[in-house]
Amino acid sequence: MDINEVPQDPLEYKDRDKLKKLVYAVGKDGRYEGVGSVGWEAENAATRQAWQAIEDELAETERRVRSGELSPLVYFMQKKLMDVTLLAKYAGKWQWQVKRHFKPNVFSKLSQQMLQRYAEVFGITVEELINFGKSNQI
Amino acid sequence: MKVIEYTHTQHAHCESGVTANLLCHQGIDISEPMAFGIGAGIFFAHLPFVKVSGTPGTTFRTWPGAIFKRVAQRLDIKVHTEKFRSPEKAMAALDEALEAGYPTGMLGSVFYLPYLPEAFRFHFNAHNLIVYGKEGNEYLVSDPVIDYVARIAPEDLVKARFAKGTPEPRGFMYYVTDVPSDIDFKKAIAQGIRQTCFFMLSPPLPWFGNKAIFLLARKIKDYPKKLSARKAALYLGNIIRMQEEIGTGGAGFRYLYAAFLQEAGEKLRRDDLSEMSVELTQIGDDWRNFAYHAARQMKARQSDIVSFDELSGLLRICGEKERSFFKRMDKLKL
Repeated sequence: MDINEVPQDPLEYKDRDKLKKLVYAVGKDGRYEGVGSVGWEAENAATRQAWQAIEDELAETERRVRSGELSPLVYFMQKKLMDVTLLAKYAGKWQWQVKRHFKPNVFSKLSQQMLQRYAEVFGITVEELINFGKSNQI
Repeated sequence: MKVIEYTHTQHAHCESGVTANLLCHQGIDISEPMAFGIGAGIFFAHLPFVKVSGTPGTTFRTWPGAIFKRVAQRLDIKVHTEKFRSPEKAMAALDEALEAGYPTGMLGSVFYLPYLPEAFRFHFNAHNLIVYGKEGNEYLVSDPVIDYVARIAPEDLVKARFAKGTPEPRGFMYYVTDVPSDIDFKKAIAQGIRQTCFFMLSPPLPWFGNKAIFLLARKIKDYPKKLSARKAALYLGNIIRMQEEIGTGGAGFRYLYAAFLQEAGEKLRRDDLSEMSVELTQIGDDWRNFAYHAARQMKARQSDIVSFDELSGLLRICGEKERSFFKRMDKLKL
């Protein structure tokens, strides 16, 4: 790739275009140089798609939390880009225990201490965690 | 706290960038491509059974930690490395290292680094950065993938250094304690090239090295038959991201390695290495071409068998050219 071919396709999405990352390209004299690039169309499309997939899944989860199928735990887990394996590690629980907590009726009986631990993992308050998806909340 | 005179330089990749910056701080004149090449950073692997957030794992580089370690060994540089059980001890050790005047490299999760654009912040735990000082309650950060120096609050740095998942950094940190007065680049370059050829050509398993490029090509051919259009698009997107998105310097580290070969050719006065650099640049262009077409197919979201066949073919071209390339490079007498 020649220096004048380094793509500069900005992606104004989640601050992607704030970072000029370095790519290596060949200058006029045939020598390699580092050049800053705000993005490349092909890469931008892949970045967007990866986030879109997460957001689609999150919207579906939110719907299921509101309808009472799932506990708010699933919503915040996905919002923080975690999966069950990772959440279990952060919470210091087995995966099957975390999966049980995904059931609204089990979740509603969790101890204050356990709720506190989950809230800390997500960086939110216990109130935010337990009230999410209730009808009087936005 | 003592102020360390430190110069931040932006690089393409986090680990080779940290390596170059730490060594430059000690007065060794080393570029990122040189660190990457000596550390045998270039690689390829495709692991269909290791799912990373639902998509099969693909990598264009060697495993985390290897580049720094190999460069230190090959240039006979003394380093101090340490892992920790508790965050308190890890942060105290960092403060001590800074007090002693060492810019300190460390592993951390990208997710907990607020100074990075959100677009990049996934739970990727093997990111490398340097902390070179403390001002007030904040740490001064030199992260090689960004073109500015940053600051981070101690609580965020703790989260990043003690992120859970795979791999777990466990506060891993490293700094250079002593460098030899005379550096033998020639020997180190030869060792790096030799090892790269070995890893690319010799693994008898289909998931590693050059063979894995053909494995991925076969898999892509089957995507329209085996996957939904949505899944196929996500799988393709993941390959593109691994190749281009996160600090590869373009074309999945191929340009970075070509830059190394060019510099090595000049250092050792070897025209054959310079010629190999030109050849690898062209192979890099083939990888870019593959990514470009993969992105088009991804956006179209159609299980169009013809285009998946074509994509598979484009990838095979990269694989065949690289096989020939690394075989010839392996025969060079260095």
